[in-house]
Amino acid sequence: MHTRLTDSTERRAHGFLLALPAIFWLGIFFLLPLLIVLGVSFLSRGSGGIPAVLPFTLQNYTYVLDTYNEVIVRSVWIALITTLICLLVGYPLAFFIRTRERDWVKQFALFLVILPFWTNFLVRTYSWRTILGPEGIINSALLDIGLLTEPLPMLNNQFAVIIGMVYAYIPFMTLPIYATVSKFDFRFLEAAHDLGANDWSAFWRVILPMTLPGVIAGCILVFIPSVGTFVISDLLGGPQDQMIGNWINTLYQGSGAHLPRGAALSIIMMLLLMFALLIYVFFGEKEGKR
Amino acid sequence: MATLTQTPTFTPDSRSLQGSLLIRRIGKAILWITPVFSYLFLWAPILLLILFSFNAGRGTFAWRGFTTQWYSNIFSGTLGAEARFSTELMLNALSNSLIVGVTSTLIATVIGTMVAISMTRGKFPGKRILDGLLFLPVVIPEITQGVSLAIFFRVIFEFIESITGARILPGVGTIIIGHVVFNVAFVAIIVRARMSNMNPRLEEAAGDLGATPWQTFYRVTLPLIMPGVIAGALLAFTLSLDDFVVTFFNKGVGSDTLPIFVYGMLKTSVTPEVNALSTLMLIFSTVLVGFSLFLQNRKD
Repeated sequence: MHTRLTDSTERRAHGFLLALPAIFWLGIFFLLPLLIVLGVSFLSRGSGGIPAVLPFTLQNYTYVLDTYNEVIVRSVWIALITTLICLLVGYPLAFFIRTRERDWVKQFALFLVILPFWTNFLVRTYSWRTILGPEGIINSALLDIGLLTEPLPMLNNQFAVIIGMVYAYIPFMTLPIYATVSKFDFRFLEAAHDLGANDWSAFWRVILPMTLPGVIAGCILVFIPSVGTFVISDLLGGPQDQMIGNWINTLYQGSGAHLPRGAALSIIMMLLLMFALLIYVFFGEKEGKR
Repeated sequence: MATLTQTPTFTPDSRSLQGSLLIRRIGKAILWITPVFSYLFLWAPILLLILFSFNAGRGTFAWRGFTTQWYSNIFSGTLGAEARFSTELMLNALSNSLIVGVTSTLIATVIGTMVAISMTRGKFPGKRILDGLLFLPVVIPEITQGVSLAIFFRVIFEFIESITGARILPGVGTIIIGHVVFNVAFVAIIVRARMSNMNPRLEEAAGDLGATPWQTFYRVTLPLIMPGVIAGALLAFTLSLDDFVVTFFNKGVGSDTLPIFVYGMLKTSVTPEVNALSTLMLIFSTVLVGFSLFLQNRKD
């Protein structure tokens, strides 16, 4: 009895010691910076090289909410559209992969989804310019056929940004859905049909509820980076399509730099995302208890 | 008995039967069209990129014949026809990328594996908080992590300068620190997944047979989780090589990594050399990913 007790306390101490380096690293270089941003967001702009000075003020928040409300609403809107399209594409895709009979086909289909995700993000985003541009593949093909007399405006606008984001984030949607779909037992579907359900109600009342955790996880994983998009809107969007991330960058460096306002905008974005995460945790708990 | 005969399920009227047949057809069509479209969508930009890296025409999207000139330009030191591409700058960026990638991967793999073991085997107060802390860098947008770390460094460096007068500038070191943050989280996730599949009795057995905790770790636990550790390290290395946002905010003068260099090229105007360079990077990461997936899926 006694030895077991010391054994477990020893293990407890070991367990904690092993976690210490990670706790230190993430605490100092991740949590502390976030707290500093929170602090800076309540300060005033300093002069010269000093980023921020006292006194405390709420003006950054009122200014940012006043000036960037359109940007914030648009970013959330674009992120929601992106999430929806990713869901509409990713859900059938996950089922397609799941229903492949041969194992190597399944693995290969999955590999084809993952691989683009690992190639240089900048270049494959930029590659869309050669597809969507006024002299790009689509426009020149349509002009050659004679379907168009003038190139369609598909670049440097919201359309291009959404295409780029859907493209970048589809794996984030497909993989979590695939994870739940791959565990889905198709006998449930047979049972539903035997009990008189047609395809429509079998989907809404059996398949969807059982794969919902993956759907919610996928939506969160797409929505969060979408709201924080910086590179895609920078490379594919016009000046009118810049997202919260681009404005944080503008406020952080360059001639228009105003660190406290940039910090306030970051905090507002994080609050938005925390809200999304809370929804996820709430639904996740509910699913877990079921 | 009467209730059984009354159930309408086996005698649906023809209209609802037609309706459900239509739904089934639409469903089947969607199940076929969407994947074809998705794969095309996912691969078109990459295939075009590879194709145009062999295109003789510069600065145009039309096909002008096959060439490998851009590939030789990358290494020959030629500045290119429009003097935009510098091999020296590229090699400098490549070496920075490798230094950052290797260093951050090593640090992240060690402390990520440690925290993964601690999370699966240890019991201590605050474990759930640590769980959240490890999860956060994965879900928080990169720009938030990048900017907040940059602000942190500015504040800290300012503070150090005001006390000691020594001026510290951001550079490769600050990039590494930032990369370790997200890499630790990813390594921990993968190693934990591997550990959760492992039988804890094996470790207990080693202890019962007289192995010290260190011997147990070195001769039982580590060999068993090694595929996970290597997969985690490969993932960390790939993420680090590809990272743009965190690097962008925490780099200093002369510490450009490959993605930063590529970004500069893209911002001025796309050069075919960038296409060629990206194709080479694609081949490199394909090999890495293939290897990593192979290790993750390998049965013991």
